[in-house]
This record gives sequence, C-alpha cells and structure tokens, in this order.
Amino acid sequence: MTDQALDTPRREPAILRALKSIALMRESVVGMIGFALVLFWVLVAIFADFLAPYLPNAQDVTMIYAAPGSVASNGGTYLLGADDLGRDILSRIIHGARRVLTYAPLATFCAYLVGVPMGLAAGYRRGWIDDVLSFIANIILSFPVLVLYVIVISTFGASAVNIVIAVTFASAPGIFRIVRGLTLDLRTREYVFAAETRGESPWYIMLVEILPNARGPLIVDVCLRVGYVIITIGVLGFLGLGLPPPDPDWGGMINETRSMAMIFPWMAVFPCIAISSLVLGFNLLADGLREVSLRD
Amino acid sequence: MLVFVVRRLGTMVLTMVVVSILLFLVLEINVEGVAVKVLGPYSSEEQRNLWLDRNGYFDPLHERYVRWLGNALVGDFGDSVRFRVPVSQVLWPRLGNTGILALATMMVVIPLSLGLGVLAGMREGSKLDRSISITSIVTTSVPEFASAVLISAVFVFWLGILPGTSSMTDGFSIVQLILPVMVLVLYDFGYVTRMTRASMAEVMTTHYIRTAVLKGLPYKTVIVRHALRNALIAPFTVIMLQINWLLSGVIVVEFFFAYKGFGALLLEASLNQDIFLIEACAMVAVFVAVGTQMLADVGYTYLNPRIRFA
Repeated sequence: MTDQALDTPRREPAILRALKSIALMRESVVGMIGFALVLFWVLVAIFADFLAPYLPNAQDVTMIYAAPGSVASNGGTYLLGADDLGRDILSRIIHGARRVLTYAPLATFCAYLVGVPMGLAAGYRRGWIDDVLSFIANIILSFPVLVLYVIVISTFGASAVNIVIAVTFASAPGIFRIVRGLTLDLRTREYVFAAETRGESPWYIMLVEILPNARGPLIVDVCLRVGYVIITIGVLGFLGLGLPPPDPDWGGMINETRSMAMIFPWMAVFPCIAISSLVLGFNLLADGLREVSLRD
Repeated sequence: MLVFVVRRLGTMVLTMVVVSILLFLVLEINVEGVAVKVLGPYSSEEQRNLWLDRNGYFDPLHERYVRWLGNALVGDFGDSVRFRVPVSQVLWPRLGNTGILALATMMVVIPLSLGLGVLAGMREGSKLDRSISITSIVTTSVPEFASAVLISAVFVFWLGILPGTSSMTDGFSIVQLILPVMVLVLYDFGYVTRMTRASMAEVMTTHYIRTAVLKGLPYKTVIVRHALRNALIAPFTVIMLQINWLLSGVIVVEFFFAYKGFGALLLEASLNQDIFLIEACAMVAVFVAVGTQMLADVGYTYLNPRIRFA
C-alpha cells in the first residue's frame, strides 16, 4: 500500500454520491418540481422519435392553420394544431426540445471550459494575470448582452457554431468572476498549503484541490446559466438570428408564426409555454439546490 | 471621494476606448467589406475603390480609427446606409422613445419590487415570503418574447381590449405603451425583488434591529426607521445595473410591438448591415451601460455609511 492511499480516505463511488444528493433534494419541494420539469423535457428530447406523432418538417396542405385537436383526413390528430405550412406543432415542439437541450448545455459547457481555467489562474496566481483577465472580463460584461449577441451574430452569420461561440464569449466572463472569487477564498485553506508543501504543480492544485471544493456554488450556477442560455437561444431564434430553419427551434417557431399569432394564437403560444416551463425547471432546480446546500 | 470618482471615470473612459477599438476592428478592418455594405452588392469594383479612396479608407488603420473616434466624439457617425440621412438624425429620436419606455417601466418596477422585496424580507421564511419568492422566479423564467406572446394572446386576441402593436403612427398614445411596459416589468421586477428581499432579510438579522425590537419599539417603527434605510442601499445598485439589462430587453419588446425605439433600430441596423448605424447604436448602448455602472458604484459608496473616504 502506498502513502498516497493512506492519505486519502475511502470515497463512495461518484454515482452513489450523485444519487444521494438527488435524494437530499427531496426536502425541497421547489427543487423537486424543477427537477421533474427538467427531467420531463430531457426524456422528451431523448425519445423524440418515438413520442412525436409526425416528422417535425412533414407538411400537410389540408391542415394549414388547423386548430388544436383537429383530425386529419388520414385519421391522425393534430393535438396542438398545425402551423402556416401544415406542420404538426406538437411534433415540432418535441423535436425542438432535442435541439434546445443539445445546444444550450453545449454552449454552457464551452463557456465553462473557457471561464473555469481563467478564473482558477486569476484567483490562484493573482498578479498581472488577474489584472489582465479581470479587465477583459469587465469590458465584456459592460456590454448589454443582447446588443453583443445581435452585433456578433449579424456580422458573422447565424449558424449553430457561431451561436455557441457567441454564448461562450458572452458567458465566460461571468463564470470567470465566480470561479475567481471562490478560488480567492479557497487558496488559503490548509489542504492547499499541504499540496504546495508536497510540491504539487500549480495546475494540479487548481484542478484537483481547489476546483472540486468550489463545486457547490458552481452547480447552482450551471443550472441558472443553462436556463439563461435557453432564453438566449430562444431570443436569437425569435429575432431571426437563431439556429437555421427548417428544423424546429422554439424561438424560431415563435418568430415564424408571430405575425399570424393574433389570429391563430396556438402556433406561438405552445412553444412559449414549452420554453418557459423548461427555463422555470432549471431556475427552480437551482433554487432547490441552493436551499439544500445552505442547509448542511 | 473625489479621487474615487475620478478613478472610476478613468476606468469608464478606458472601457469605452477599448470597446470602440474592438467595434471598429470587427466592423471596419475589412475595407472591401465596408464598401460592399455601403454601396451594395451590385456595385462595381471601380465604384467601390473610388468611394473608399474618397473617404480615406486607404489610410493606415490607426489613422482611420483616430479620425473615426474624433468624428464619433462630436456626434458624427456618418450616414446611415438604409435611411440615407446622418445617423444622428435617426438615432436621437429613437433613443428618446426608448427613454419613455424605460422610464415608464422603471416607474412601475421600482415601487413594485421594493415593496414586495421588503415585505418578503421582513419575515424570512413566512408564507408571504415563499409566495413572493416563487412568483419572482416564475416571472423571470418566462422569456420576454414568450410573455409578449402570452400577454398579447390574452389582452389582444382573447379580451380584445388593448392594441397589439405600438408603432405610434398617429402620435403618442399611452394605451399603446401599456403592453410593452407590462412585458418589461414582468421580466425585470423579479430580479430586483429578490435582491431587495435578500438585503432586507440580512438587515433583519443584525444586532441593531434586535436591539430596537427588544427595547420595545413598535414593529412599524423598527421597519421604517431602522431597517429600510440600510436595506435599500443594495437595491439601489441593482436598479442602476438593471438599466443595462433593460437595454437588452427593449430589443425584444420593441421588435415584437413594432415600437419605434432604440432597440428596434439596433436590430434593424444589424439585420441590414447598416454599418455606421450599428457603430453608433453600439457605442450609445455601451456608454449608457458603463455610465449607469459608474453611477451605481459612486452612489453605493455615497449611500453606504460603512464606506467613508478621508
């Protein structure tokens, strides 16, 4: 047996710990509602192919502007109605969930990939690195976010890659600030000194000693941020700067049908409810997690 | 205090300079691209070169930047490609319209969110507190475009009592202002409420409040005379920073309701690649954002008795 093994106490497998923290969430009703909403949409996204009664882009000319609950000539029901091209709105919402739940977490992940190392480096190393990175972060954060998105995306073109890059660019400074603050607090702990005395490399200390201990506030932030990125992608779609059509995207669906929404409101109302419930899920989940983490 | 204000002003100017450089680089580093945007995709090579030459685009980049910045400082951003008039002629009236919208929103948001926040924070954990907190989470979860659609569905489609567009073509009308303000308020008040609540809840746990209660003061006096003063310092900053947030919000709301404001102008300029108008709008937006941030900082230090400068 090595010294290393003696130093570290035995830990439960990661999965068991994750399950335990979900079980903890049971104490927070709000958190459970949020968790259920998110889980619902994740399952919808995963099983979209089985759940959607129609293909998301399939058009039926006889069903244009069909009201919710209309029955097509071939016997199929359009539960939430059809849009201006005769596409089933329910199927488009179901497939839209998959798109939103792919790009929003992906963009958030990229933002973390950029923001976390910078925050760790600035908080742990201090000095000029901190000054330079903080200055850059402050400049980006001083932009009204949507103004930044609109200018960047209209200049470089609306595509999935550009949206992910723009979200990363605009969100990373916020993540940087949080991680930097947490690191400033954690860098004076004994276990960091112990690791320094052992002669560990700075990146080992930042990633293995500091980052795991900063996870609490970061997990809450991830939930809030994914929710916010979902809104952002929705807003961009709504403004006509979002993910390219014809594949369904909730914001885009609202934009396409907006002008007719006063006469056929279901075309815009149902995607609105979908996006709001998903964002609400993430926000409630974050609130529940914060509540639980403050309790112990 | 003076040193602090001057230093904050310095940071503000520095930020503006860096932003202007970035903006200039993104939009104008490609000279050929500028010519295409201004003269249109069907202009000939000679026309473009002639235009570029006449407007000094073959000078070195830094000279162009300095000249551009100098003109921008005196309010000359060039001519809008789309409207065919100087940018400032389009910009200022639009900015005024957005000012009206923002002012109306703030007039609702500030009393509403401060009131609810104080009520919630006064008795942390009470039923009232929980319901106010949940309401504010729910309203901030609904994106503005979604609440715009839902609210119009109710008031325009279903009840038919309010107009669905706010283009104000027949002169200014308060009725047309109701829906845009409602949407902005719904999205904004939750955040300020939660911040006020947190600040109030924190103050309520302090020793001086406990002392005031224990010495037998009426609860109302404790709240009004002792708690409120200290609890409302933090929300002041939040409200100032909220203006930055509002600048993003007006883009969506003005687009949806066809309101002729600054946000819609910025979007229109971006979608049409109206390059000089984009530059002007972006600079104004950043100026407003950075300016309110500075006011928030200075105001906070001025109001907070715990921070004093020699």
